[in-house]
Amino acid sequence: MNDLILSLHRLIDMGMTMAEELGTPEIILAAVFYVFAGISVLGALGVVLGRNIVHSALCLTASFIGIGCLYIFLSADFLGAVQFLVYGGAVAILIVMAIMLTRREDMAHSNPSRSIPHQLAALVVAGMFLLAMAAVALMSPFQTAPADIGDTVTGIADLMLTKYVLPFEIVAVLLLIAMIGAIILAKGVDES
Amino acid sequence: MNFLAIGTEIAIALLMLIVLAADLLLPKDVSHRRIGVISMVGLAVILVYTFGQYHIGASPTFFGGLFFVDNYALFFKQLFIIGMLFTILFSLEYTEKLLRYRGEFYVLLLSALLGMCVMASANDFITTFVGLELMTVSFYILVGARMTSEDSSEAAVKYLIVGAASTAVMLYGMSLVYGAAGSLVFSEVCRNIHLFYAAGLAGVIMVIIGFFFKLSVIPFHMWAPDVYQGAPTPVTALLAMGSKAAGIAVFMRILYTAFPILGNFWLPLLAGFAALCMIGGNIMAIRQTDIKRMLAYSSIAQAGYMMVGMAAADLAGMKAVLFYAMLYVFANLGAFAVLTVIDTERGGTSRRDITGLAQAAPLLAAVMTISLLSMAGIPPTAGFAGKLYLFTAVVERGYLWLAFVGFVMSMISVYYYLMVAKAMYRDLTPEEAEYAAPVYVPLTVRAAVLVSVFATLGLGICPEWLASLTNAAVQTFMR
Repeated sequence: MNDLILSLHRLIDMGMTMAEELGTPEIILAAVFYVFAGISVLGALGVVLGRNIVHSALCLTASFIGIGCLYIFLSADFLGAVQFLVYGGAVAILIVMAIMLTRREDMAHSNPSRSIPHQLAALVVAGMFLLAMAAVALMSPFQTAPADIGDTVTGIADLMLTKYVLPFEIVAVLLLIAMIGAIILAKGVDES
Repeated sequence: MNFLAIGTEIAIALLMLIVLAADLLLPKDVSHRRIGVISMVGLAVILVYTFGQYHIGASPTFFGGLFFVDNYALFFKQLFIIGMLFTILFSLEYTEKLLRYRGEFYVLLLSALLGMCVMASANDFITTFVGLELMTVSFYILVGARMTSEDSSEAAVKYLIVGAASTAVMLYGMSLVYGAAGSLVFSEVCRNIHLFYAAGLAGVIMVIIGFFFKLSVIPFHMWAPDVYQGAPTPVTALLAMGSKAAGIAVFMRILYTAFPILGNFWLPLLAGFAALCMIGGNIMAIRQTDIKRMLAYSSIAQAGYMMVGMAAADLAGMKAVLFYAMLYVFANLGAFAVLTVIDTERGGTSRRDITGLAQAAPLLAAVMTISLLSMAGIPPTAGFAGKLYLFTAVVERGYLWLAFVGFVMSMISVYYYLMVAKAMYRDLTPEEAEYAAPVYVPLTVRAAVLVSVFATLGLGICPEWLASLTNAAVQTFMR
């Protein structure tokens, strides 16, 4: 884990120096951001629109990885690493395993989509939401944090075990409950 | 670190673990009633303990003020504990006969209770969110707990999908509020003028919409009828009283302490949606033939009544909401205790299934009628006093039209509540003679319904006792 984070750091530093050498860091940074954001959004769209559920799972992984890249881009290297390992790795594999275990003969139409009017309605609503949020983002001045936030692992650990210790403990209970729930729902009605 | 401040939560978590361990130790084929009894005894002790936490001076906080144990939070915690205690009491028989995982059922009930208690005390968005998730995740599983029923599974999946979507909306809103205000703590958010920028407003709107989903406010209510109908009856009871009251507790705290400077924006919004809920909920309830489904629509209307008190946005309004939330718990306890027995004995909760209940089980028929009359707000019951408080509070703030809508809609609601009474009390035709056969009413259910009826009638005749408690509750609100 530590090595991973270190290499990520090196990658970021390399990118930054390269951008500075080229003389136009803002444009390159923006370009990088839009590439990663594009990967996550297109991946998410692929999940919804894909006809084959295995393709949907793959798109979901792409979306996870895009989001992980965005985290690293925002200097949240630890979060990015966790995103890669847990979501890009474990969760993606679990989802594919679950799909395989449902044993379908033909995967071609395993993810049926809604009729055209439904899709159009969804498109209109999503477009309106996008416009509204774009307007919101353009109209409001955001307070930005300093670019270099240092060691994020220590920062997260500090917050979790001091200021946010209570939510942290409650999340532990939440995970226990989720596990119990998953077990009883998976066991279902069958005995043994 | 002030551990006494989170004493209630620690006790509930411990009780949950004890129940979990006891379930493992208990042989499989033995009655699981004793686990229910352990939970009830534990909850009763915790309930008594919370009375000792009422205070006059500064409220205890835990770790930097992110967790606030004021009297307001205590009041709601007691409400949740009472609701949970009596729900377990009347559902012992149901759990034993109809559920597959009985021990886990009690564990999940207690974890939902823990989530509600955390929500009532939360003073920042992270704690709120975690508490909310603990409660809703427990409910997702509880709704699907009746493994043999397809309705139950369908309800669980619907609840999960809609719940996840609403959580996403709320979380997006919270992150926008954080981006605008630079803090997650309610008392710091409210001081930040950046909340007036577009990002802040969008965040506030999304947080409000997220809560509207959780409270099943029209037009975000489409999940409620199916989920209420499909869920196991005791879980429906908890969704109607616990989940809703917890949502209202934290929603009210967020509106009044985090977003008070935006009051001019959300007060009309709240009033409008309250009216929509009262009108839509009551009118749609008329056509329902399944009692659980009818109570789902009725609970939408009841959320509307409580939002009327929130729209008043002063101490009188808050007191009225607290009062109403508590009496709604007692009314729900009565109604759902009866439905639980019906569901266990007759295998359904449609209006057909309660036919002739007055002959089969006169006590249950009487309790059902009184509880429903309390929901409608007919005088000798507590519902009348509650609605009186709500509507006077809002009229004093100038929303005369809102009180008028509430008044007219209460009148309309009497119709469908009395349709249930009619089904129970009408003469049976010769073909329906089988419905007159006595229904077995366990002793525990008798105890639960008697408490609920005494509370409903007692609070209706002398509301001062509960009013003094609500007074104490709002006195220390965020001081």
